[in-house]
Amino acid sequence: MLQIEVSNVHKSFKDVQAVRGLSLAIRAGEFVALLGPNGAGKTTLVEMMEGLRKPDKGEIRIQGKTWQKHENELRKIIGLSLQETRFPEKLTVRETLRLFASFFGLDEERVQEVIEWTGLESKHKSMTGTLSGGQRQRLALAVALLNRPQILFLDEPTTGLDPHSRLDLWNILKALKDGGETTLILTTHYMEEAESLCDHIIIIDEGKILQEGRLEDLLNEKARNLDELFIQLTGKTLNDHSEGEK
Amino acid sequence: MKTLKNKQLYQLTLTQFLETIREPEVLFWGIIFPVLISIGLGLAFTQKSESKFSIILVENPPAELDSLLHSYAQLEAVKGKEIWSWKVKDNILGHTEFKFERNDWQSAIVALKRGEADIIISDSVGKMQYHFDPYNSQAQLAYMKLSALVQSPKTSNTTIVVPVAPLTLKGVRYIDFLVPGLIAFGIMSSILWGVSYTLIERRSQKLLRRMVATPMKKSYFLFALMFVRILMNFVEALILFFFAWLLFDIQIQGNIGALLVLFMAGNIAFTGIAVLVSCRTSKTEVGTGWINAVQMPMMILSGVFFSYHNFPEWSIRIIKLLPLTALADGIRSIFNEGAGWMEIMTPSVALSVFGALCFVIGMKFFKWY
Ligand SMILES: Nc1ncnc2c1ncn2[C@@H]1O[C@H](COP(=O)(O)OP(=O)(O)OP(=O)(O)O)[C@@H](O)[C@H]1O
Ligand SMILES: [Mg+2]
Repeated sequence: MLQIEVSNVHKSFKDVQAVRGLSLAIRAGEFVALLGPNGAGKTTLVEMMEGLRKPDKGEIRIQGKTWQKHENELRKIIGLSLQETRFPEKLTVRETLRLFASFFGLDEERVQEVIEWTGLESKHKSMTGTLSGGQRQRLALAVALLNRPQILFLDEPTTGLDPHSRLDLWNILKALKDGGETTLILTTHYMEEAESLCDHIIIIDEGKILQEGRLEDLLNEKARNLDELFIQLTGKTLNDHSEGEK
Repeated sequence: MKTLKNKQLYQLTLTQFLETIREPEVLFWGIIFPVLISIGLGLAFTQKSESKFSIILVENPPAELDSLLHSYAQLEAVKGKEIWSWKVKDNILGHTEFKFERNDWQSAIVALKRGEADIIISDSVGKMQYHFDPYNSQAQLAYMKLSALVQSPKTSNTTIVVPVAPLTLKGVRYIDFLVPGLIAFGIMSSILWGVSYTLIERRSQKLLRRMVATPMKKSYFLFALMFVRILMNFVEALILFFFAWLLFDIQIQGNIGALLVLFMAGNIAFTGIAVLVSCRTSKTEVGTGWINAVQMPMMILSGVFFSYHNFPEWSIRIIKLLPLTALADGIRSIFNEGAGWMEIMTPSVALSVFGALCFVIGMKFFKWY
């Protein structure tokens, strides 16, 4: 069954056309990367899939259901981390997780599980305001994983992380992939991230899909890696390195 | 307990409470500051203080005054200047001290403008000629007291025997006026800052958006926010009252039940306003502007610190419609006039309805993400 179906979706903000007639389909268990430069429309697209924005035009179905009719049901089966969320500074990691666990009716056991899984054991008593950038990203991931989501949306989960922390996060996600029960939609600027984690890669720019497919199928003699492919498609680089420091 | 612990409402309330008390500023501005204000203003205006008047003589003392000064006043040297100090004891109205200083006309006028002197006296063929601003009540008082004293200087060392019955009854002192006003003001500011600011900040941090992306019940979230705020307000009011009782012996003369109902109504009114103010913006600066725009006029007009009856007649009708006026007047009437259910019925209903209305409008435009 298709987990996510996006058909001919448009979204504009005042004078910016962020998403311009975009369609895609994602199967259960797939790990999908949305790859594109700043302002490509990744966040806008993902937030529409998450039911946090309404498309101006077009339709989005999650497991065949629309957000308008089945919001309550869908909220329980998805997990997400937004591009930038600041959790309440004066709550500890565990208190924050407990709060979000309560929204799903989950208990302390599950809180403990995700703390261990995301490697936050040593920080579970720290106020979130005192966490480092990487720890904060891990907390966001822990919150996203609480309800064992069938569909997980991660918006730039590794932006701003050092290579080591990034690898840690990738390992968590790889373990999730081996579990085989989660569909992942991840946005990123990092070629390696898309290459090492995802089966399906969707390259978008200016609100449209430039190319999509399995990594092997996207590459050919002219484009031996994603960087080259991107240059070939758009005539510009993804500007991976300078953006990565942001 | 285990089941309770993973209930949304419990967790929302608990975390809201923890966040509130972990902010040390909240404790200071919410609890310590109002107590300090009430102590400060209470002491300043309640204690029988010595009134001091400063008088400048632009010529040698007129003959009439000169002899009096020599028999009743002491000559003191302060910073190289000679000053006559005439002290009058009065155990009912408070002691009074007149200080006479010699200076030229130019400096006298400057001193008057700066408020350093109250009246100027010149010599008019041996008689005293008073110069002062007739619109300045302090100057007028100085003139009245001094001219009376010059008429009968002998009374100066005895208590006045004219029939003055001092009314330092409970409920008529300034502190009795102030504390209920401060309680009402505390409710307003703590809800506006506590609820509006929290909502706006969470929206700007995208936390609201993150929360509604889960199956969280929005009504529980709002309820928890308000519940914790109202609970804090109750504690704050209780502490303020406790200190006022301890230091100034403030009493609640009216019905406590009615007071609680009115207190709730006030909380409802300001919660409604807070939600309306913060329903859309995600900029804390904009929020601060709105909160001040709502709070400042009421703080000045609604008679928290001083009675609004000094404002022009036409404006009083409008002032009485302000929610803070209704709340402050209501609490005051219960504290000082022994008011009960009948008297607070109208303000309580009006405040609740007004709050509910603002809340509904606010929710209609509310931006969760
Ligand atoms: N709330 C908004 N109001 C106005 N314009 C917006 C808004 N959100 C996004 N946009 C615009 O829509 C376009 C797409 O933005 P989006 O955030 O989806 O890009 P992105 O691919 O996620 O970029 P990044 O890699 O920087 O996160 C941008 O031009 C952006 O300026
Ligand atoms: Mg983005």
